[in-house]
This record gives sequence, structure tokens and C-alpha cells, in this order.
Amino acid sequence: MPQREGSPWQGLSVVFFRELFDHLTSARMLVLQFLVLLFGAAVVYFAAEQIRNTTAEDPFLFLRLFAPPGQTLLSFVLVISILVPIMAIGLGFDSVNGEYNRRTMSRILSQPIYRDALLFGKFLAGLATLSICLVTLWLLVIGFGLIRLGIPPGAEEIGRLIMFLLITIAYAGVWLALSILFSVIFRSTATAALVGLGLWLFLSLLWPALAQMIGEVISPSDIRFAALGLPTPDTLAWQQGLSRLSPGTLYGEAVVSMLNPDAQSMTTLLAQFQGRIASPLPLDQSIIQAWPQMVSLIAGMIMLYVVGYVVFQRQEVRA
Amino acid sequence: MTDTVIEVHDLTKRYGRATAVDSVSFSIRKGEIFGLLGPNGAGKTTTILMMLGLTDVTSGTVSVMGRDPVRQPLQVKRVVGYLPDTVGFYDYMTAVDNLRYTAALIGIPSADRDKRIASALERVGLQDVGHKRVGAFSRGMRQRLGLAEILMKDVSIAILDEPTSGLDPHATSELLEMIRTLKRDGVAVLVSSHLLERVQSICDRVALFNSGKIVLLGTVPELAREVLGGGYNVEVEAEGEELAIRFSELSGVKAVDQSGPNRYRLLAETDVRPQAAAAVVKAGGSLRRLSIAEPSLNAIYDHYFETHGGHHAAT
Repeated sequence: MPQREGSPWQGLSVVFFRELFDHLTSARMLVLQFLVLLFGAAVVYFAAEQIRNTTAEDPFLFLRLFAPPGQTLLSFVLVISILVPIMAIGLGFDSVNGEYNRRTMSRILSQPIYRDALLFGKFLAGLATLSICLVTLWLLVIGFGLIRLGIPPGAEEIGRLIMFLLITIAYAGVWLALSILFSVIFRSTATAALVGLGLWLFLSLLWPALAQMIGEVISPSDIRFAALGLPTPDTLAWQQGLSRLSPGTLYGEAVVSMLNPDAQSMTTLLAQFQGRIASPLPLDQSIIQAWPQMVSLIAGMIMLYVVGYVVFQRQEVRA
Repeated sequence: MTDTVIEVHDLTKRYGRATAVDSVSFSIRKGEIFGLLGPNGAGKTTTILMMLGLTDVTSGTVSVMGRDPVRQPLQVKRVVGYLPDTVGFYDYMTAVDNLRYTAALIGIPSADRDKRIASALERVGLQDVGHKRVGAFSRGMRQRLGLAEILMKDVSIAILDEPTSGLDPHATSELLEMIRTLKRDGVAVLVSSHLLERVQSICDRVALFNSGKIVLLGTVPELAREVLGGGYNVEVEAEGEELAIRFSELSGVKAVDQSGPNRYRLLAETDVRPQAAAAVVKAGGSLRRLSIAEPSLNAIYDHYFETHGGHHAAT
């Protein structure tokens, strides 16, 4: 069978800029941005106070602003990891089914463009909107840190913060691709939004506990390890593997290795066990450590988009 | 034939076991208004979607200006304007902004855009509300805006799916008049509708759909002759003795129907008005009214299913 003719990119930039303009001027985006700003400001303010009071000689002072050391319940990273999925779902949940409901879909698709351009334009515009938001927020926090802490970040800190930003954008992309997928599958925008939010709640609240339980069921703990107070390696592997199905877990792990160079990873645990002194990892080693998580996030984003793309291509355009 | 712009041959669409469109063939010539008529669910919209390459073809071929909509959809969509059933626009944007977006998608150079939008809006009578949000538009205004989009696109073929559905009689007449102006520009127009009578007035030829098949195809008088046995419907209002018998004796008259006291409807192969008038005078009666009407498609459609015994889905 001969291939279809013409470029699938025809009209992509038109769709992209219109959607971007829509997003940036929409009330929905304004509210979400305000929410993030409010939470972020509060959390960063408290982090800064804490840093000023306690830490005098910390080589990674700036990173503490994003992820305070110790068991802090509220950190900037936590706020981001909760709010970014909401923003992404908020941007994507009505992107395709909204066109059907407004009955604009067949009119737009009867213009000389492919469906590829419409879907990809929408996805890119959503990602660009999220990136603009995140970069703005990121710069605001750094600016605030400069004023409040009074010292500039070092080169390595800048590198780590840039990696953190990129990982966050990829994380946002995963949720955006997911919500666009739901907007392709469900004809009702309310259903798409609810399913998206429901899945987000499930993955962030229930799944970590469930992964522990399921891991225990698949590969029960060995009594010999338990007696020593250590986790059974097989069980731990299952539990970790399962919990990494949630993009939140992947994001958390990647961000921790970026922002906490001296984090208690498996290697540092091992070093302590062997009596070596744990020292902070250099940036390139942190990147290597977080590499699988970063790749998984980007792969997840592409995979979810592709599923949505395939379903969309096969859809009947009647409205 | 070089004049043919759309050629549909043996087109079939199946959804699983159900056949939505069953071996449909027709062709549309340049500058012609072609009616795709029939009840809802008869396969009209599916046929249109296949012509635009928006849905896959199970078997058969479609050629639009010599191009295949499945493999060359961009070239086809460049020359075809489509007004979907109850067209939608972005409600929060103005009419002009909506058209600007479409113009950008079509690839109209930005220098021409505003000029073409303005002249298209003027032709459909929306020039005064161009900068109002479409959310405030009535249904008729939206349909007209959809027509403006087609005018702006400057196409060779316009496909209008149920353009008059949900419109009041006045808005319907206005819209039909605008569709006629498209024909004057040499555009081939394909109109689909379930309102047979309303749309037959503007159609040069019609195809009557039922259950995915084209049951009748041709001009309205042709179909009337074929199905009813006569192409003319003469109405007479006259007083006189035994007029019904006298009328039925006239040559060319196929049937006489007394529709009320002193009202007769003659179905004839030719225009029998002079003969009917003469018959009334000869009988010493007084003639009050004499008129001729094109046979209605509804009558043709109903009669076709009565005589062919097929199941009748018209509403």
C-alpha cells in the first residue's frame, strides 16, 4: 500500500502557538500557578529560616533550600512533586475530548493538516507551558535564596539545580502525556479529569504501601535477614521494582540523588557498613546514579504519548 | 470527463458486521449542487467522512479532483471545504480570531488573511459581529460562520453536512440562498440533509439514501417520472360538473386526486395547465386557481418504498 503523502508537521507550529497562548492566558493556569507560588514561597521561607539558624558550614547550602536536610515534612521538592501532576492533569485533561465536545474537531481536521500535528502541537504546548512555569518558579527560589542567604551558589550546585529542573520537566511530561491519553480515551472531560486525579492519588498515596505488601507476598522475607534487622534482598528488590512503577517514586529517587549528594543510598549504606567514611558524590556520579530513573521518566512520557497517539489516529471523527 | 470533480465508485464502509455504506457510486460535476438526502443514520455522514479521508474506506474508491483522500489527504483537504453537522467554534474567541486560526492552518499568507476573512464575513452578513465572541452567536450565525470559513478557503468543492438542521425557516432560506451563490462561483456543492423538501429546491441532482444504499439518483423531475410516473403536479381549484373525470381524460395525466371540495391535484407527464383550464371552461365551470408544483421528494420517497416494499425509515 502506498504511503500517505505530505508532511505530518504541517500546521504543527500553528497549533503549538495557539495552544500555548490559550494555556498562558487561561484562568485555570493562573490559579494553578498562584497555588504553586503560594506553597513554594511558604516552604522555601521556612527552609531558609532553618538553614540560617542551624547550618553554618554546608558545602551545598543552596540545595538545602530545595530539599532541607533531615526529616522535614514540607520541602520545596515535595510541594513540586505533588503540585506538578495536578498542573499537568489540569492542562491536559480536556485537550482532545474538549475539541469533540465543542464540535470543532472535524472542522479542524478537515483543514490540510494531519492528526499528528494537532496532538503533538497540544502536547508540546502543554509541556512548554509547564516548563515556563517551572523555570519561573526555579528562578524565583534561587533569587530568593540569593537575597535571604547572602551567598551565591557554586558551579556544582548550579549544575545540580539544572539537572533537578530537567528531571522535574520530564516528570511533568509524564503526567501531561497521561492526562492527554485520558482525554483521548474518554469522551467526557469530567471523566478524564477524575480518572487522572484518581490515578495520581492512588500512585502517590496508596501505591508505596501496596508495593511493600505485594513485594512481601511475591517474595516473603527471610527469617535469617529479619533476625539481623536487615531487609531480605529479594523482597527489597521486588518492593523497589514495584514502587518504581509510580512516576512519583522515580522522580523522588532522581531528585534525591541530585539534591542530596550525601544521601543514604545503597552505596553509602554499604560504605558505612564496611567502615568507610561516606563522602558526598561528585556531580557526574550523581547523574550516573539517577540515570536509570531519568531515562525511565522520559521513556514513560514517550510511551504514554505514543499510546494516546495510536488511539487518537484510530478514532472516528464524528463531531 | 474533465468536469467531474468527485467520483465515488462502489464505496463501502463496514463497522464489524454492520454495513453503514453499501456499494455507493455517484459523481459530482463542477458547479453543480448535489443533494445527499435521506433519513438520519442512512450513511450520508459516513460517506462524507470517507470522501474527506477522515475515516477509512472498507472497499471501493473515492477520487476528489483526481486524488485519493486516503493516501493524499492534505491535497484533498486543500481543495475541499467542509461544514460539519452543527459546526463548532472556539466560543471564547471572536469570529475573526476563529477564522484567523483556520487561515493559519490552511496556510493562507498572513498578508492576505485579514482581507479574505473580511470579505468572507461580508458575504455571509456577519461583518458587524466579526469582533464578537462566537459564544454569543446563534445557531444560524454559527452555520454562516462555517460557510464563511469555506468562502475564505476559496475551494473548488464544498461539502455541507445538514447545513439547515436546527435553523428556523427564515435562517434556512438565507443559508440556502448563500449556498446558491457558491454554485455561481463555480464551486461544486454537496449538501446532505434529512429534510428532503427544504433542500430539494436548491439541488440540481439528488441521491436518495436508505440503509446505506443509494436507492434513487437523478434530477427531481427524472425521479418523479421514474417513481410516480409523472413529473408535474398541477393543482386546480375550480367549480364544475364531473371535473375529476374530465381531467383524467386529458392526455398526459396519470392520476387525479381530489384533495378537497373543488380542489384537484393532477399528476402528469407534461405541463397540462392549458388543457386543464380548457377542460374547466368546456364543462361550464369556473376556474379559481391553477398552479404547478415540482413533485415533492417526500412523495417520491414514500411512494418508492410503498411500491418496492422495502423497509421505510423516513421520519
